Amino acid sequence: MVEIRWHSRAGQGAVTGAKGLGDVVSTTGKQVQAFALYGSAKRGAAMRAYNRIDDEQIINHEKFMLPDYVLVIDPALAFSDNIVENDKETTKYIITTHLSKEELMSQLPELKEREERVYVVDCIKISIDTIGRSVPNAPMLGAFVKISGMFELDYFLDRMKKVLSKFPQKIIDSNMDAITIAYNEVK
Amino acid sequence: MAKKYDINEVEVWDGNYAASQALRQAQVDVVAAYPITPSTPVVENYGNYVANGYIDGEYVMVESEHAAMSGCIGAAASGGRVATATSSQGFALMAEVLYQASGMRLPIVLVVVNRALASPLNVRGDHADMYLGRDSGWIQIDAFNAEEAYDLTLCAFRIGEHMSVRLPVMVHQDGFITSHTAQNIHPLSDEAAYKFVGDYKGVDDMLDFSKPVTYGAQTEEDWHFEHKAKQHKALMDSRTVIDGVFAEYGKLTGRNYKRVESYMMEDAEVAVVGLGSTVETLRVAAKQLREEEGIKVGIVAPRCFRPFAFDEMADALSGVKAIAVLDRSSPGGAMGAFFNEVSAAVLSSANRPLVTNFIYGLGGRDFSIQEAKRIIREQKAHADAGHITTQIQQFSGLRGPKLGFFEAKRS
Repeated sequence: MVEIRWHSRAGQGAVTGAKGLGDVVSTTGKQVQAFALYGSAKRGAAMRAYNRIDDEQIINHEKFMLPDYVLVIDPALAFSDNIVENDKETTKYIITTHLSKEELMSQLPELKEREERVYVVDCIKISIDTIGRSVPNAPMLGAFVKISGMFELDYFLDRMKKVLSKFPQKIIDSNMDAITIAYNEVK
Repeated sequence: MAKKYDINEVEVWDGNYAASQALRQAQVDVVAAYPITPSTPVVENYGNYVANGYIDGEYVMVESEHAAMSGCIGAAASGGRVATATSSQGFALMAEVLYQASGMRLPIVLVVVNRALASPLNVRGDHADMYLGRDSGWIQIDAFNAEEAYDLTLCAFRIGEHMSVRLPVMVHQDGFITSHTAQNIHPLSDEAAYKFVGDYKGVDDMLDFSKPVTYGAQTEEDWHFEHKAKQHKALMDSRTVIDGVFAEYGKLTGRNYKRVESYMMEDAEVAVVGLGSTVETLRVAAKQLREEEGIKVGIVAPRCFRPFAFDEMADALSGVKAIAVLDRSSPGGAMGAFFNEVSAAVLSSANRPLVTNFIYGLGGRDFSIQEAKRIIREQKAHADAGHITTQIQQFSGLRGPKLGFFEAKRS
């Protein structure tokens, strides 16, 4: 079982991202779960989304989770939310930030302790440059594909195109660009 | 003719989406709805399918849930296949009209996405609304996950519209935990789903002017009792129809449903009885505890909340020494209603198990595997001691001091 926790603000697309990831994972024959915990259900409020991935049908419905991956798609939540909650010694962090990894860790000692498991990528900038507005979910998927090694990039892009097939071609293309750039830039 | 909808063999759908696809595949004629969280997407999607030509149906916007169910009654009495969805406060406002629908024997399907009742206001899942419907004369079927919400919504049309049943059917799923959790789903093709559900067959349609009929007549002490008794008998008799529909659906999909679902009960010494998505979490806990600690534990759950499977429940629990019954609704000054029903069922069996009651998960409070295991271990302790070692009613997952009531006076 692989467990993923997304830290996001309502409106940034964490739920869509988690469901999109679920869609792609399901095409590999694996079982998935994607759900969210909304805070006050207002745009901009801190919220969390979750994925579970397993070979067998997932019948665990508890919200509690010991995540294997923590994906932070809003830069400020690395500071204001407890992103290391219930983590394991192997939990990997992918954090959206305009800071370098060193700058980020100098301000967040709890990440310094997990240095070799922390990865950074500027999903906000990438999404503005490609999609034209701040929707950091798509680039985060690209970064996740790289760090997890769960898929080949081309396979993921191909499947993601199908998930997005009801959108205009321009939006599909810009999302593919966002995923690819984040895949290449995450470190 | 409705447009064809592209569906994959495996889809990743949440419970709301799954239920709405079942409404589309059943080609529901009329949905009168007043959307409410967390069931909103069920009727929202239906409206979308109608607007985009995927259903030859009509979405009726109304001013309240009371009006929504009233509109459904009008449409169903006229002679159409009718469905809607609601939750919580909406369900409560609908309550008066629910009794009208069942009394008039109209096979409406109501998707209930379970949510807590205010006050305090809360949008998350518990079973307060489901319990509110338990004497309303509706068949109540309970889905534990999103795929089951899809399956059982399709089955609901078959059951309710069956000529010897003609009763409205609620299909329950847990708010957010099921309704907003996307999982792998294996839907039927549109053709196979519609073939299973079949064409709607009217009974005493009001729009059949050659045969005028009255709906909602008044009966006083002369006939009211007989009508209600007949309604109760129809509910009781629906059990064999439900079994038949489940069996047929099983042949079609390989997914076999029973009015009482038992898991690892063959050699179980203790059992936990629950409802909704909790049942699956309990199964995870039971499997782990069997492997880790050798506790012979099984999980029992009614698929059919109404009609209540009194005898199957007793049979399923006939071999155990201790049972925990989990109620996800505030009991309001009594033992949990579900505890009372399960206790009454096992009272008629020979083994007279030790039964305790847990109130848990109100307002969406998480029910964890760890807590499920704690409850199971406690049942094992009762069984080993030969008597109940705790209070009979306890609160599980509550913050603050431990809360419980009543001591056992027998071993």
